[in-house]
Amino acid sequence: MALLNKADWHTPAPFWQNGPAPGAFYHFPGGSTHVDTGGFQRSQAPITTGTSVVGIQFKDGVLIAADILGSYGSLARFRNLERVMKVNDNIILGAGGDYADYQCLKSNIERKILEEECLDDGLSLKPKALHCWLTRVMYNRRSHFDPFWNNFIIGGLEGDKVFLGTVDKLGTAYSDPVIATGYGAYMATPILRKAYEENKDMTKDQAIELLYKVMQVLFYRDARSFPKYQLGIITREGGVEIQGPLTLDSYWGPAII
Amino acid sequence: MFRNQYDSDVTVWSPQGRLHQVEYAMEAVKLGSATVGLKNKTHAVLIALKRASSELSAHQKKIFPIDKHMGISISGLTADARMLSRYMRTECLNYKYSHDDLLPVSRLLASLGNKLQTCTQRYDRRPYGVGLLIAGYDDQGPHIYQTCPSSNYFDCKAMAIGARSQSARTYLEKHLNDLLTCNLDELIKHGLRALRDTLPNEVDLSVKNVSIAVVGKGTNFKIFDEDAISVYLSQIEDDKRSKLAEPDVEQDSKPPQPPPSDEGPQEPQVTVAMDTD
Repeated sequence: MALLNKADWHTPAPFWQNGPAPGAFYHFPGGSTHVDTGGFQRSQAPITTGTSVVGIQFKDGVLIAADILGSYGSLARFRNLERVMKVNDNIILGAGGDYADYQCLKSNIERKILEEECLDDGLSLKPKALHCWLTRVMYNRRSHFDPFWNNFIIGGLEGDKVFLGTVDKLGTAYSDPVIATGYGAYMATPILRKAYEENKDMTKDQAIELLYKVMQVLFYRDARSFPKYQLGIITREGGVEIQGPLTLDSYWGPAII
Repeated sequence: MFRNQYDSDVTVWSPQGRLHQVEYAMEAVKLGSATVGLKNKTHAVLIALKRASSELSAHQKKIFPIDKHMGISISGLTADARMLSRYMRTECLNYKYSHDDLLPVSRLLASLGNKLQTCTQRYDRRPYGVGLLIAGYDDQGPHIYQTCPSSNYFDCKAMAIGARSQSARTYLEKHLNDLLTCNLDELIKHGLRALRDTLPNEVDLSVKNVSIAVVGKGTNFKIFDEDAISVYLSQIEDDKRSKLAEPDVEQDSKPPQPPPSDEGPQEPQVTVAMDTD
């Protein structure tokens, strides 16, 4: 009874039963096609995607490599899609997964860097700080059931330390001297780890050669890969350099027989 | 009620181009007990004189930690200072959460300065009646910053604020060249001597009324306990107190002065700006 009274406060009693309200159309019973459940969809699927990203620390810097293919499902649709970026003078970033989501975050990161440059206080974003920030962003989005569908590898220099870390679409993050995402996590990590354990103080040239081999392996075994790739290099002396597109050699003779 | 016609709202200008309410807030800083901040190449030190409101009460806290790398010392309205310290702590925590790093001191001061400024440009607010000395250490080394209710803030080599603090500033100016090169113990002793110069003759520093805090390279912000303070106090006991510069002290403790030429209701007098002859 009390409930009924409460409802009366808000809406006056209807003029008549079983008909359209004054000024409204009649809703035929069962004829309604649109039912508003109060629900909404937020989860998504990646559309244009990039495949693996690989990164490795060497003696005085970091390398990040990713091929330049944008896949549309299994279609190799965009063949010159750059997904290794320079963030500032001490950070580079490589992205896999949905390319539109990467572009969105890229513009956010660029805005962040621009705002920092405008402050002109002599401070610049550190790789660890960007890694943490990206982790917060990624985890926040997955908590709204609307993840940024990406894998990121962040590399950089922080004082005299070298940093290499990764974040995925769930906000799972860690840092390690050797990281590969996507298919590369299965195909490239063992090769990179072995090489890194054998020689932790690789020179830049050794590391570049290693990544070339790894990208080659990935091209042979990953059906969403491409024989051209970009290489982000950051060293204490040379600063940031994004090389590429570099071309991979391959021999498919046995496959054609 | 008002000293003159133009000090009802913070936002009202006097014909002399001054904001009287803001200037009165600046005076509130001089009512608090003195505090000194100074730094060398690696450390920043805060030293404060604590007051007890009565024989029966404890001494009022003057130094507040903000984060691992930063702390403040206050002079003026303690309640206002607690608002500001809460804000600064929140900013530091948010930065640590989102960037996994300590908030650079200069960045915090820029946002704190903006917060203080809004209070000087809105009729429904009042300025914070407190001055802060901020000691911090970040990638750019040790810092001492001073903030005012007028929302000015200054990056200082050394500074003193609060009642009779002119004497401490005089001491600091005199020893400015030594400060940068001396070690931490010497720096603390300089700070104590500077603070001691602000005291009237019948009072002296004690472990009860002095507070010392240090932050620096490899040292998190730390407020010293009484044992540590007594060590430093005993080391400066023998030094002679510098003669009080009377005119300085006199000038410093002067109560708020009404602006000289606008006593009582007065028509604004247009001078040069609109002189169209």
